[in-house]
Amino acid sequence: MKIDQISVFLENKSGRLAKVTRVLGEAGINIRALSLADTTDFGILRLIVNNSQKARDVLKENGFTVGKTEVVAVEVEDKPGGLASILGVLSDHNINVEYMYAFVERSGENAIIICRFDETDKAIDVLQKNNIAILKGEKLYQF
Amino acid sequence: MIWDKEFETLPREALEALKLKRMQNVVERVYTNVPFYKNAFDEKGFKPKDVKSMDDLKRLPFTNKQDLRDNYPYGLFAVPLESVVRIHASSGTTGKPTVVGYTKKDIETWAELMARALSSAGATRGDIIHNSYGYGLFTGGLGLHYGAERLGASVIPMSGGNSKKQIMIMEDFGSTILTCTPSYALSLAETAEEMGIDFKNLKLKAGLFGAEPWSEGIREEIEKKLNLHAIDLYGLSEIIGPGVAVECMEAKRGLHVFEDHFIVEVINPETCEPLPYGERGELVFTTLTKEAFPLIRYRTRDISVLNPEPCVCGRTFVRMERVSGRSDDMLIIRGVNIFPSQIESILMNIEGIEPHYLLIVDRKGTMDTLEVQVEVNEKVFSDEIKNLQILGKRIEKDIKDFLGVSTIVKLVEPKTIHRSEGKAQRVIDKRKI
Repeated sequence: MKIDQISVFLENKSGRLAKVTRVLGEAGINIRALSLADTTDFGILRLIVNNSQKARDVLKENGFTVGKTEVVAVEVEDKPGGLASILGVLSDHNINVEYMYAFVERSGENAIIICRFDETDKAIDVLQKNNIAILKGEKLYQF
Repeated sequence: MIWDKEFETLPREALEALKLKRMQNVVERVYTNVPFYKNAFDEKGFKPKDVKSMDDLKRLPFTNKQDLRDNYPYGLFAVPLESVVRIHASSGTTGKPTVVGYTKKDIETWAELMARALSSAGATRGDIIHNSYGYGLFTGGLGLHYGAERLGASVIPMSGGNSKKQIMIMEDFGSTILTCTPSYALSLAETAEEMGIDFKNLKLKAGLFGAEPWSEGIREEIEKKLNLHAIDLYGLSEIIGPGVAVECMEAKRGLHVFEDHFIVEVINPETCEPLPYGERGELVFTTLTKEAFPLIRYRTRDISVLNPEPCVCGRTFVRMERVSGRSDDMLIIRGVNIFPSQIESILMNIEGIEPHYLLIVDRKGTMDTLEVQVEVNEKVFSDEIKNLQILGKRIEKDIKDFLGVSTIVKLVEPKTIHRSEGKAQRVIDKRKI
């Protein structure tokens, strides 16, 4: 139920993001989703890719600091109030979202929300009990 | 292990008598042969025969780096050039280099002292000494080299640079002792890691590291990463090169100053008054036996403390604490005195922080700013911004708590801080004063 996300430490200077995408591109790795969080000095690039082990290896070889985190991909109906209903369920169970980012599925019917929870296992449990669809990694990587 | 038991364990009383005799001799020689010293002595109304006890040392004039520059290149030599068999020079990063000369006997003395230093780190004639100090004008490479040969060990004259080859040679040749600057030792550790080579599988057992100030934290880091005993070696080209003082394997607490060849003092750098044992100040050396380039009360700018306590190793020489900084790379940030090594110690106490850092001093308006650049590795990296910000704040707080100065910590990508093959540059001072 958990999905591998890789994160990359980036200094705020020109060309660093371009370098990451170039390295991944040259290694034939496809980026499925991404989010960039930034501060004045540095940023953290979070990525879902189709081959996270290989992506980590090539980025490390190129001198980047790379981390791996387990996140959850939640399927949300692409309509007003869709996300609110899910967050309401999580909030009722005191589960905290550390960060999240979203993208829309190609078929266009559902949005996919990538969530990082403070308590991942508990979050999965709550989502399942409330019949909220969680995407398996294989499916996400294959899109 | 003690190389020269007779001198290195000489009872203090006999040592003081020997020092006095040698001091009288060197004062006589510089007075006769070096016009600079004749003038300096005459100005003070001091004659060589006035040296009656060790106490008279403090009546002698100091020699400064500037005096060496003023007499560039050969003005302070005490023998004619035809007796000089070797010339070395300091790096000269702040102007003309400082030129030093050696007679045949000086080279012999130096080799003896370096054999002492290597023995102190546990080296014997069976060892393979991998010498990564730079060869050339710098005294590190050849100083170690002659000492290793005097010891009867096998020396590999690597010099600095070409780290991958260094690691390959260590592995293939079975190097047992490594000699280089502490920062280069860490750089070699990184290269080995990249090459997938574990120092545990190499034969290195000890290393002699010197030529720049380093902290206890860096020692632990080197010992852990290179799987060897890291021994501190001290010297400077003006005095003889490496081999002025060395730590012993038995105590690893303070460096024994080879007092039968050099008189060591600690002075208050502002008042120039000699300080008693145990007080921190600037190291001052008088060479006792050097022929070509003797120096009287040379001010090193290195900051240390002397400890006369007897040592478990049996050597009777006083020990100097590891050099904590230089009076000329001491940073004054908003009126607070700071040595880069102090910041280094704080960083090394934080789990996961790399031993590579850079201090950038600047001035915004009338306010000094100090930025501390720290590399982020996988151990401290987090996918959450807040964790990295907590890390930055923690470092800022530790520096504030220990040193009383506010800093801005900047987390930078790994390996972006320049790695040195010689002396590391830790400070960039952008202030225009």
